Amino acid sequence: MSELRQHAEDVHAQFSDHVDVDVADVRERLETLVVDYKVPTDEARRSVINHYLEEAGIEREELAGGSSEAVSIEEIDEPERWVELTAKLIELWEPRSDSIDQVGLLGDPTGTIKFTKWAKSDLPRLEEGGVYRLRNVVTDEYQGRYSVKLNRTTVIEELEEDLEVGDDTSVIEGAMVDMQRGSGLIKRCPHEGCTYVLQNGRCPEHGEVEGEFDLRIKAVVDDGIDAHEVIFDAEATEGLTGLGLEEAKEMAMDALDTTVVADEISDRVLGSYYRIEGPTFGRYVLADDVEELAGPADSESLLIKARSI
Amino acid sequence: MSSNELTREVARRVFAAEFNDATYTFKESDDERAPNYALLPTGERANRVFFVGTLTETEDVGEDNEYWRGRVVDPTGTFFVYAGQYQPEAAAALRDAEAPSYVAVVGKPRTYEPEDGRINVSVRPETIAVVDEATRDRWVVETAERTLDRIEAFREWELEADAPEGATTVPSNEYAAMARERYDSPVENYRRSVVQALEGLEEPTATA
Repeated sequence: MSELRQHAEDVHAQFSDHVDVDVADVRERLETLVVDYKVPTDEARRSVINHYLEEAGIEREELAGGSSEAVSIEEIDEPERWVELTAKLIELWEPRSDSIDQVGLLGDPTGTIKFTKWAKSDLPRLEEGGVYRLRNVVTDEYQGRYSVKLNRTTVIEELEEDLEVGDDTSVIEGAMVDMQRGSGLIKRCPHEGCTYVLQNGRCPEHGEVEGEFDLRIKAVVDDGIDAHEVIFDAEATEGLTGLGLEEAKEMAMDALDTTVVADEISDRVLGSYYRIEGPTFGRYVLADDVEELAGPADSESLLIKARSI
Repeated sequence: MSSNELTREVARRVFAAEFNDATYTFKESDDERAPNYALLPTGERANRVFFVGTLTETEDVGEDNEYWRGRVVDPTGTFFVYAGQYQPEAAAALRDAEAPSYVAVVGKPRTYEPEDGRINVSVRPETIAVVDEATRDRWVVETAERTLDRIEAFREWELEADAPEGATTVPSNEYAAMARERYDSPVENYRRSVVQALEGLEEPTATA
């Protein structure tokens, strides 16, 4: 159980400044939970840390990250980890509360992540476009999305070099299994800056308006493991189906019905396989690059595996 | 899992031979609207499936109302697809379809018990689309891959569950455990279906 010893040493290092505790004691607590009570290691570690926090009467945030490990943004996949990031501040957002000093988006070559800096942490201000090495930041998770929090123990070092920032591009390969409502020929609110789709000729913000036609698809692309929601804008829709906005308008005009457009699109794309690449916005992927997977997939290596297992 | 109510159920990939053995259905909660799952014998739950095969026959088997049955054949067996007045688009697709043709079907597993005490598994389609041969071949390969993944996970679980000291350290594979409890047929059968399906792809199509 050398893994436990490592955890014990990490935890000990975090607390050695605050409480009088030896490694063996930490390890014993971890062992009781993991070995005797079958608690998963991460949960055990969390629980032991909480115990010492209480004993020392300090907040989790005040703990020095004994094992703040340098990670890339894409590697952040669990909450409550002490990490070190080298990242560029892409943009600052308006804090919604007085307790937040700064909030915004950090990026590195592997992706982007939200950060929060608390007012009480008393840290220097970060500037948009600056590249920083941030030691002792804590990861957090909310509804499946990760963020990092700067705290009183965070060490901020401004770097001279620039840093390339990657986006959260998703690549999906799967079958198009459904088209959702609101696909096909739609009308949008004509007010500048308003992109609402009209429902029965009404914009939720501007009321009854003369809408402007647009073409889009909200589709579900499913690979048998996850169902992904994908949005195709007018250009991507035309690339996918060969059907452009003007032609779609004519079709709807001839039929005196806009739903013929969605029907025509679903006839052309449902049940087929696609490779889709594009940025992620909330639960949607925006289709930037679409390729139909027309050729047969390679079956030979799979057959060898099927015969051998 | 309450968060699951908001997420769309994934469409599982399963060959007809395995699908037709998925006679046990269950819900994860007592909520009336909780989704229904068919238990796949290789140890997975399926609320929705996606398959591509050859539509060989369609027939209106309804009495007062139209009720269409389609037979969709894959390399391992036949999916039975039923669409009536509550699935107007799928029913129209079956009515208008020409057999034989390749179709891609998205639908929900359903079971019914005819009088002989057996349980039949069928599909209530959400969409039926005519596709080409390349799409069908791609589905066969994809389904083979997903099925092998399930078989491997099942066997791993089985090995550890059966190990003498294994009782406490078994990684959970809830649906593998459920499948072993509910079904008699060994997963080996489904490995053979996979081999059979892939071998079918290797055969050269008739040369002139």
